[in-house]
Amino acid sequence: MLVYRVKKIGGKKIMNYKNIALIETVALIAVIAGFGWEIYTLNSTIQNLSATVTLSGAGATFPAPLIQKWTEEFYILTDVQVNYNPIGSGGGIQQHTAKTVDFGATDPPMTDSEFAAASGTLHIPVTIGGVVIVYNILGISTELNFTGQVIADIFRLDLTRWNDPRLAALNPGVTLPNQQIVVCHRSDSSGTTAVFTSFLTDENQAWKDNYGASKVISWPGGTLGGSGNPGVAALVQQNQYSIGYVELTYALQNNIPYGKVQNAAGKFVEPSLETLATAAAVSSLSLPQGDQSWASNGNYFNLHRVADSKDGYPITCFSHIIVYKELNVIPGMTKEKATALVKFLWYAVHDGQFYASGLSYVPLPKEVITHNEATIRMITFNGQQIAT
Amino acid sequence: MKNTKKSPNFFPIQKIRIGSKKKITGDALFRLFITLVMCNIFIILSLMIYKIIDGSRLSIETYGLGFLWGTKWQPFPPIPNIQPSFGALPLIWGTFVTSAIALLLGVPISLGIGLALSEFAPKHFNYVVSFFVELLAAIPSVIYGLWGIFILIPYLQQNVYPIIQKAFGFLPIFQGPIYGPSVLTGGIILAIMIVPTVSAISRDIFSAVPNSQREAIIALGATRWETAKIVMSYGRSGVIGAIILGLGRAVGETMAVTMVIGNSFNMFSSLFEPGYTLSSIIANEFTEASSPPVYISALIEVGLVLFVLALVVNVLARLIIWRSTKIERGAI
Repeated sequence: MLVYRVKKIGGKKIMNYKNIALIETVALIAVIAGFGWEIYTLNSTIQNLSATVTLSGAGATFPAPLIQKWTEEFYILTDVQVNYNPIGSGGGIQQHTAKTVDFGATDPPMTDSEFAAASGTLHIPVTIGGVVIVYNILGISTELNFTGQVIADIFRLDLTRWNDPRLAALNPGVTLPNQQIVVCHRSDSSGTTAVFTSFLTDENQAWKDNYGASKVISWPGGTLGGSGNPGVAALVQQNQYSIGYVELTYALQNNIPYGKVQNAAGKFVEPSLETLATAAAVSSLSLPQGDQSWASNGNYFNLHRVADSKDGYPITCFSHIIVYKELNVIPGMTKEKATALVKFLWYAVHDGQFYASGLSYVPLPKEVITHNEATIRMITFNGQQIAT
Repeated sequence: MKNTKKSPNFFPIQKIRIGSKKKITGDALFRLFITLVMCNIFIILSLMIYKIIDGSRLSIETYGLGFLWGTKWQPFPPIPNIQPSFGALPLIWGTFVTSAIALLLGVPISLGIGLALSEFAPKHFNYVVSFFVELLAAIPSVIYGLWGIFILIPYLQQNVYPIIQKAFGFLPIFQGPIYGPSVLTGGIILAIMIVPTVSAISRDIFSAVPNSQREAIIALGATRWETAKIVMSYGRSGVIGAIILGLGRAVGETMAVTMVIGNSFNMFSSLFEPGYTLSSIIANEFTEASSPPVYISALIEVGLVLFVLALVVNVLARLIIWRSTKIERGAI
């Protein structure tokens, strides 16, 4: 209980205690009533809010602008709120395995051990990425030709000068300077590095034995590391006679020139939205089923293995959304949410693809969309198929 | 309800009684609050130490002391089924060299600024310079990094480094090809970043030297430079403290260095070569480190090494200050 001291002015009480108690009680009742009303109205607002379904996803940064565009459009169409958090491919797989998100996204498909840890995962390729070779040589504006063999030799510092006969043989008619090559690479853990090095691993035995394919490479000393695509691009632009690799989307958006790379059919292909789509379309014939492991030989699945892709660019890779086949394994999943999620995935691989080229992404070829339709039909909730 | 004695104040005092008869006054509450706040420091620090040691246990058990002088960092070996290898020596080397360059370049400039502001500069000029120095301290380090990439690196690479190499090329530390992002660039940007800290503190220290001392020295016929020398030696321990604070910033600084050092796991011998620091590798690789648990553990152990390094620097600073204050009585 409170003890009051009431001020007296000129010996005269302003208010007597009974009155204070009365006023206090009335005020208290009013406040409680007010709060009650407030809570009541708040409750009904919350109930109204929860009527709209909210989905959450997390993962790769590469497809993030595209996925975020889809979430905006999907909200307008269906009132379903999809929150996508671009925390990186590794984080996407981690949160998907921990079942803290409704869907994950990753550039390289899950490795066999990751796939085993999250059993019942479906891979849905949603867009296509490519890694391009960028360089900065004074006086050379033509597109240089590269092979996987030569790129690997450059990046492991076996081929150290631009006028090396191995490079000159690929570029007849181009006078390459007698200058040391400055090698630039990603310093952060990155799906781009994984795709790039998995190409080198397949093309060059010495690379395979010493460096292998992964998101973080133990690069030879004396090479420069930059953070993210902008970091590598800045390194290449500022260092004369340098070479590096960035994502095609980034190179296109920033007008960075890049070289041609020889594909499995022996053709030197210029990377572009079309040649990436060609590679993806041809590869779709040999894509694994959605519920199988997409890792091959414990390594990353890569599109360049497809030998008959005549016009396809070799360093190409899908970016995937990963979901559980049986959605009731995710805590808090309801029939309503599961239906919304399947609708979102269906939207992403169909109508969502129209936004791809505008944002410098490669739209999925028909063959891959058909493949994805089969995968999305596999999704169930409590054993019931959702998409029809 | 009982009416107590009339308050002598114009405004009535409310006394709060909670549960027991004991009255908790403002003083007691304040005391309790302050004690809790103080305890917080110990709780946070011990939690941090516990988590760092606990997190790096796996890596310590796997690699032992070899972690400190290993020179290979390969989280994903090319051949499956072989152990990933982690060694932090190039990181420690990079951190050590960049911090040393920062002190070498930054401290003389900072002491000069401190002296100029306390001894020589006119009052109004003093305010302006102090304002800008403090402004420099308020710039986020990522801005320093961006400025480093786009302005400092091209300038140094084209105009400064070739001259240095021409003049001092006979020294092994200035040989080899000139890369823009390099250990030297990292050191230079750190030097710029520690200037505000060190100069602001040394200015305060020099200003605190009693005027009677200056007057006595001048009365003996000393020149201004001689006076400045005496002022500096008078505040020696304080200056050392300021330098150690600057060193602390240099050792722990992450973003700006990551952006300009070249991030190459490299036991460099030339300052023009790219390198790597302890904090940079955490910033670069921690976000996506997931699959082998020993990888995350190794990165946390890098944090532990950084922590120990900071502790050693701090203790060393205390010892130096403690020793020099014992020798010179009356120092600040």
